[in-house]
Amino acid sequence: MTPPDAATMRPPDTRRVLDVSVLPRTVFGHQGLIWWGTAGFMVIEGSIFVIALVVYFYLRLQVTDWPPSLPNPGLFYGTLNLATVLLSLLPAYIAKTKAEKFDLAGVRLWLTILVLFGVAAVVIRAFEYFALNCRWDDNAYGSIVWTLLSMHTIHVATDVVDSMVLLTLALTGPNTKTRFVDYSENSLYWYFIVAWWVPIYVTIYLMPRWL
Amino acid sequence: MSEFVHPVERRMTISAADEERLRTQLERTWYVPRGIIGWCSVADHKTMGKRYIVTAFCFFTFAGILAGLMRLQLAVPNNHFIGPDLYNQIFTVHGTMMMFLFAVPVMEALGVYLVPLMVGTRNIAFPRLNAFSYYVYLFGGVMLVVTMLLNTAPDVGWFSYVPLAGPDYTPGKRADFWAQLITFTEVAALAVSVELVATIFKARAPGMSLNRMPLFVWSMLVTALMVIFAMPSIVTCSSFLLLDRLVGTHFYNPAEGGDSLLWQHLFWFFGHPEVYIIFVPALGIVSSIISAFTWRPIFGYSAMVMSLVATGFIGFGLWVHHMFATGLPALGLEYFTAASIVIAIPTGIQIFCWIASLWRGRPRFHTPLVFVLGFFAIFVLGGLSGVTLASVPFDLQVHDSYYVVAHFHYVLLGGAVFPLIGGIYFWFPKMTGRLMDDRLGKVNFWLLFIGFNITFFPMHILGLEGMPRRVYTYPDNMGWNTLNLVSSLGALLLVVGGALFVYNVVRSYRWGLAGSDNPWGAETLEWSMSSPPPVYNFLHIPVVEGRCALWDRSADAPIVTGIRSDVREVLISDVMDAEPINVAEYPEPSIWPFLCAVVTSGFFIGSIFTPWALPVSILPLAVTLIGWFWPKKRDRERAIEEQDEDRRLHDAA
Repeated sequence: MTPPDAATMRPPDTRRVLDVSVLPRTVFGHQGLIWWGTAGFMVIEGSIFVIALVVYFYLRLQVTDWPPSLPNPGLFYGTLNLATVLLSLLPAYIAKTKAEKFDLAGVRLWLTILVLFGVAAVVIRAFEYFALNCRWDDNAYGSIVWTLLSMHTIHVATDVVDSMVLLTLALTGPNTKTRFVDYSENSLYWYFIVAWWVPIYVTIYLMPRWL
Repeated sequence: MSEFVHPVERRMTISAADEERLRTQLERTWYVPRGIIGWCSVADHKTMGKRYIVTAFCFFTFAGILAGLMRLQLAVPNNHFIGPDLYNQIFTVHGTMMMFLFAVPVMEALGVYLVPLMVGTRNIAFPRLNAFSYYVYLFGGVMLVVTMLLNTAPDVGWFSYVPLAGPDYTPGKRADFWAQLITFTEVAALAVSVELVATIFKARAPGMSLNRMPLFVWSMLVTALMVIFAMPSIVTCSSFLLLDRLVGTHFYNPAEGGDSLLWQHLFWFFGHPEVYIIFVPALGIVSSIISAFTWRPIFGYSAMVMSLVATGFIGFGLWVHHMFATGLPALGLEYFTAASIVIAIPTGIQIFCWIASLWRGRPRFHTPLVFVLGFFAIFVLGGLSGVTLASVPFDLQVHDSYYVVAHFHYVLLGGAVFPLIGGIYFWFPKMTGRLMDDRLGKVNFWLLFIGFNITFFPMHILGLEGMPRRVYTYPDNMGWNTLNLVSSLGALLLVVGGALFVYNVVRSYRWGLAGSDNPWGAETLEWSMSSPPPVYNFLHIPVVEGRCALWDRSADAPIVTGIRSDVREVLISDVMDAEPINVAEYPEPSIWPFLCAVVTSGFFIGSIFTPWALPVSILPLAVTLIGWFWPKKRDRERAIEEQDEDRRLHDAA
């Protein structure tokens, strides 16, 4: 580097150096950079969910009956989906630990199982729309319920496709060590999506019964 | 954390030939591609930062011309130069463009260009995401310009209130263009914010602990975090508006259980932090300029940082002061009055710290510093009118009048544009290698300063005299004639000042005096390399020894070695102390982010007209995203390298 003032800074014969060649090139979790990108987007998307939930309760305050002149949503498919995604945390967790041990065979197996769970969640989700017992254009209640469900569906579907792409890569290679960071972060993002289903499920399916 | 591997400190000989070899190799590794495909593939933060800045100034010019047209229309009463319909479009596009396509992006653009240089790294984190964000921003902005030229621009004001902007009162597509423009800009701004946060937290040079970070970097950090927490609100509210208009949802329709005030809450929960998103980077610019032109560290570093962070927090507690006239419960309003007054405190602390810095130093009055002094004068006036507006009874009197227009131009132009122009004069030599003309710069300053005050000061009085904003003309007998004429004449000076700035930039870019690496003798790391900076930024990543990286550097300051120069390796450090903890590899330039931005833009524009845009765009969107993510040549090489390395370790064991 050019010193700020070359005249006063006599170039020494040897220079002090901080040799970082020993540092790891692949790290998992918040030590690495990828985690920060994932976390950043989780914060953004989490904030959007928070605001959408706030809107739900804000709209609740505008009317006397809830749901306004509509039947309650059916519980079955939503609850089934809750059970499905909660169960899927297990393959997601195992896939993550396998990835962090660079165990390719383990990643292939558990990522496949995770994808199957994800596909099941998307299929069940399709039935959920029919069980909502409202349309998005019935009234503001219908609008926010459909929007909450769809926002979550977009996340589920995106991550299922994402997992499929990663599974393809796990099967075809090249499997660099940083690819295993991707396998690990994928599970982290799945945790995030599952975690959000709990408050959204409670809001969509239970709040009309409670409020 | 016992598993940490620590870097090794030692002494070694680095000959001139070694350095030359390193330089050649870094130039090859961090190349900026050429040609048309190359132009769309660039992932270098300096190139993208410059494009962002130039694009933002183009939108600034366009929106400025619209402002000029408005002043021309209002110069005399009963004017029919511009009709009411066109006038509505003009003030809407002026406000929208200035806020969403100029002010926020230009500040983030400065961050994109400067932050990696200031923290001592080779590129911004997630460089391809950065390229994507630029193209999305560009296409969104072009869309708005096209609607203006086709006479189908949004015409419901820059905050697009429902029910006016709802399907019943604004049929057609004008309000939809507004809503989708917001989507474009928020996607771009959110992406850049994540990159900036990651770069600032994880890619600082060794030794640059948080308490040694330059104030400009602190201000960009606070801004980026504010964007991350504020923009989701406008994402939600503009999407709901689009849904109401496109597929018949009822979020804002009171007849079906919706609520119009919901719009205002959601909009201003973003909209008020937005003001600080524009203003906080400017605070960083001011600190950079003052320390460089007084040759002293800024007085009260910790107080400055705490004030920035406090501003970031309090900025989220003010939004209802935009809604004092909506009939919300009075008790609730008092909280927001208090918060609106409280936020003046951190800003006041910073102003006193700057005054102390100037007092103790020996200021050199070059153009950048002169702009900063202009900022003090204008911004303090704007802040004072802001304190008056925080009072509910006063606000009710002047709500939607020209008093408000005067106030926010004082804070936004004074608080952000003056420091920004000073910042351009300040960093121009770094970006181009040439100094801007100082004499022209001072003329430039006085034209803008006098022009600004002549244009906007009379608006305070016009507002107090009852002139409402957003009227395309006014009758002869209101007593507003003289002040409007004066204001319009002032606008003429602003136009001349703006033109002189552009002339100075163009002239200096071609024929300006060649500047040295550090023409001002400033202290931050971006002044340590040649001007303009080489593609790889730093030949050796420095080790930072003090708060003023260059002034505190000892004669035998260490440098970092052991980062590969044949691939795009960068050093990753820990959040608090910037201890080096690992090394990441950044991706090569790629055309995919550009293609992805094209498809995304197609989807956004398509969804103005039909909900089918979503199913139609999913496949191309998936293709471009997968293409972006798909392994490249370098991944295959890396897999082989890693296998060799593992084999070597295995054999050695």
